[in-house]
Formats: sequence, C-alpha cells, structure tokens
Amino acid sequence: MKSQGERREMYEPRTETLMLNVGPHHPSTHGVLRLVVELDGEYVVNLTPHLGYLHSGFEKLAESKTYHQYIPVTDRLDYMAGSYNNFGYCLAVEKLLDIELPPRGQYIRVLMGELTRIFSHLLWLGTHAVDLGALTPVFYMVGREREQIMNLFEMVSGGRLFQTYFRIGGVAADLPEGFVEKVREFVSTFPYKVDDYEALLTKNPIWMERGVGVGVLSRKDAIALGASGPVARASGLAWDLRKAHPYSSYDHFDFSIPVFHEGDVYSRYLVRIEEMRQSARIVQQVLDRLPDGPVSADAPKVVPPPKEMTLTRIESLIHHFLIMEEGFKPPVGEVYMSVESPHGELGFYIVSDGGPKPYRLKIRPPCFVNLQSLATMARGRLLSDLIAILTSIDIVLAEIDR
Amino acid sequence: MGETNTAVDRLQASFPEAVLEVSVFRAQTTAVVRREDILQIGRFLKEEPDLAFDYLTLLSAVDLYPREPRFEVVYQLYSMKYRHRLRLKVRLPSEDPVVDSVVPLWPTANWHEREAYDLMGIQFKDHPDLRRILLPDDWEGHPLRKDYPLLGPSRAA
Repeated sequence: MKSQGERREMYEPRTETLMLNVGPHHPSTHGVLRLVVELDGEYVVNLTPHLGYLHSGFEKLAESKTYHQYIPVTDRLDYMAGSYNNFGYCLAVEKLLDIELPPRGQYIRVLMGELTRIFSHLLWLGTHAVDLGALTPVFYMVGREREQIMNLFEMVSGGRLFQTYFRIGGVAADLPEGFVEKVREFVSTFPYKVDDYEALLTKNPIWMERGVGVGVLSRKDAIALGASGPVARASGLAWDLRKAHPYSSYDHFDFSIPVFHEGDVYSRYLVRIEEMRQSARIVQQVLDRLPDGPVSADAPKVVPPPKEMTLTRIESLIHHFLIMEEGFKPPVGEVYMSVESPHGELGFYIVSDGGPKPYRLKIRPPCFVNLQSLATMARGRLLSDLIAILTSIDIVLAEIDR
Repeated sequence: MGETNTAVDRLQASFPEAVLEVSVFRAQTTAVVRREDILQIGRFLKEEPDLAFDYLTLLSAVDLYPREPRFEVVYQLYSMKYRHRLRLKVRLPSEDPVVDSVVPLWPTANWHEREAYDLMGIQFKDHPDLRRILLPDDWEGHPLRKDYPLLGPSRAA
C-alpha cells in the first residue's frame, strides 16, 4: 500500500513538454518540410525546422553551366514565380556585363513579372484558404484566374509554369500577336475578381478569428531576422525594392506599396490582396504605354542575332555559334543584384573569373530567410495556429532547399 | 552609392589597420577587412547612427581554391533607414577556415552561417547552433568547395 502522499505524487499533473513531428509530408507545408515542434499541451514552446529534402545543388550546378544555360534552372527555383526568378538572374548578369535593355524589353519584363506576382499570390491565397478551412475560394483562384494567366504565359513562351522567356540582354522574342488584347481583357476584369475574394474572406468571422493577432512578427524582429516581401510589409516595414531601388523602369509606373503594422497572419493576407490589385494596375499601365522598338539590348557579343540574320550573314552565324557553343565572357568582378519577387528579396550574387561560366553563384532566397522567423511567430501559439502561420509566410520549398 | 563610400571612409578612419582593401565594381563597393575584427566592424556599421546597417541581406562564402587565402566570407549589408548597401569580405586560410559568428549582431545570419558551414565548411566561432542545414547530418565533405568530386564523395579520385 502506498501512502496518501506518495499516491498524490503519482497523479500530480506533470509539466513536461511533448515533441511532435510535423512533416516531412504534411499538407500544409506544400512541399517537403519537417518541423519538430515542442508542445506544452497544445501550445508551441519552440520549433526546429529541418530543411534540405529538396536540395538539388542549384548553386553548384551554376558553376558548370554557361550564363545562358542557367536561365531554365532559375525557373525551377521558385516554381510559383518562374519569370521573376529569370528576371532577377538576368538583371544580375546584365549588371555584371553592364548592359541595359531598350524600353520595350524592360516594359515586357515588367508585364511578365507582375503577371507572375498575381499568379503566385493567387496560388498562395487559394492554398492558404484551404489550410484555414475555406475550401471553395481555391477553385476560383486556382481554377479560373490562374488558368487564364497560364494561358497567357503559354501564348508568350509555350510554357505554362516555367516560362523561361527572359534572356540575358532581352527576352526570347517579341510578344505574339493578339497578346496585348488578351492581357487587357484579363486585367480589366481581374480587380473585380479580387473584390469577390475579399467578399468571401476579408470580413468572414472565422477567417478573422484565425488570422487577427496570430503569429505576430514585430518590425524590429522582421529587420533582425531578415524578413522581406509581404512578410516584412505586414510588419510595418514600408520597403519594396521596386520602389526603393527601381529596376527595369519600375519608376515609370504609378503604384503603391501596401503596408500594415499588425504583423499578423491577417495583415499578410491583406498585403497580398492589395498587391494583386497594384500589380494589375502596373500591367494596365504597361499595356497603355508599351513603346515600340527592339526587345533586346544591342550587345552582339551577348545577345544572339535574329534567326533571319544567321541564315543570311556569315558573321551573324559565327556570332550565334560562339554565343551558344562557348558562351560570352563577362569581365572579372562580382555583383549583387536583387529584385522584389512575390516572396521577397530575391538576390543573385555572382562572382566572375572572366570565364563563360559563373565562378560562384549565390542565390539569396527570400523564402529561406523568411522561414527563419517562423519560430519567433509561432512561440506561445496553438499548434493549429502554427499551420496558419506557416502558410502565411508563403514558402516554396524548392527555393528554400535549392 | 555615394553614401556607401561615406561608410567606407568612416570605416577606414575608425579602423585604419583593419580595412585591408576597398574596391568598386559596377558602382558596388566591397571592403575586405581583417577577420579578427569582423564583429567589431559589424557592430560599428550597425550601431553608428549615420550608417545604420541594420539588415544583413546575405552571408555566403566563396572558395578560391587553389589560391591562398582560400576562402572568402561575404557579408552583404543593407540599411533600412538610408537604403544603402555595402559588401564586406573576410579572407580565411584553408587550414583554418574560422571566423566569428555575426549572429549576435544580425540574428538572420544564423541560417546563412549554417548553410556556409554545410556547403563550404566554414566554421563560425560562437555560433549558437552550428549544424548542417541542407545536407544530412552524416554527409561527408562540403559540396560547394572547388575540390569536391562532382560525382559525389564515393567517386573521389
């Protein structure tokens, strides 16, 4: 027989934490991510992300490919925003070479870039809503509008998900006939579609319950942890590289940067909703002001000559052969160039040793850095909030693991 | 750009011996600093009110094999207040690739340093949690090094 005191000790509730494994295959990670979560009851005490399940050596691969050959690889980096990765990479190489595109080329890139932003935000919104229990909006976003954008991408480049449309010093070809009208048709109705999404979600009490005040990241923490993109802007950081350091004629367009100060899941949603409207505004302006002229820079050592020329002139044929076979040789040096991808600051740091392949190429992946703030956001919240917080960061695992 | 040069001037005035080399390429400034002073210089750049490099954009490493010093650790800094950039570099010899961790200054460096350790084999002194981040824990070697066998560790010549 145990004494009264001993028995009480046996049944005393213990304050021991529980380790819970989330992933690597969990629907909310939208990829392969493993989180080891330390729980006190249902509250998150700490969590450790384990990355690398999709590591495929993108940076090492760059060292054995010519600058042109690497473009298709960048699409696969953040497969939700193929063109924007092309954008960042091409701009970095162009910076290294010190060449600039003619206005039409720059405008076309902005057009493709902003369509990509809408494309990426739509998928995020759809899946985020599914993760929070709103099952229908995804069909409108992914099944309807996103499909329209994919048709546009297919028209311009043949690729629906991976466009690989940008080239170093330009774009692969001018826009096809009828494309401008199709885009116009899309952007004229798209803002109303965004209103529809908002009607379903923004004032929905369950949606607000799941988002308001959940997963707060303060402005100070956002800077310290290197957050960028919508995550930073939801934490009160009025910082967008398109405004702060305009590239590719972004300063020609009139658009605003949505900033919220609460730093919670709901603010990140509001930022992205407004960004879609602003992107549609930019696209509209590009269409209205699209200049005529060439789409590629006048840089015969870098940009391959047009096909007709290679068929009629021997010099052009030789140039084409050399660029394709050997690649161009940028000067010795190093550059860092970053763009505002749908997920945040996407940067490329390229070291050139004067050869036709990058000596070292380092990608600054926005999702990788943003994911680092997950633990800060989730501490003290419920496990079910963790799922909402994780999807609100909008991670793409292919880019995190590279 | 002009402001970044002010940063370099300030740096050279305050640490005349620690700034080894300054170069400008395509309007981007790079300062090579002595490795033992990286924390001190980082703190200076971050805390001086007219420089305010409060944001570490990127931390990475470059392998210059077979040259010596073999490794370069690169710090791409940014100031949210002044919107200027500066690149710092530290050179490390191959037999002793160790540098102080900058996590106390910029917590975001945590994962960047783990990645540089994982893929390039740079050791960061006083890092809170220096483990591999992308590769499995039992992986051999550091794949981004230039002498790493391209077909994998088992195919080493």
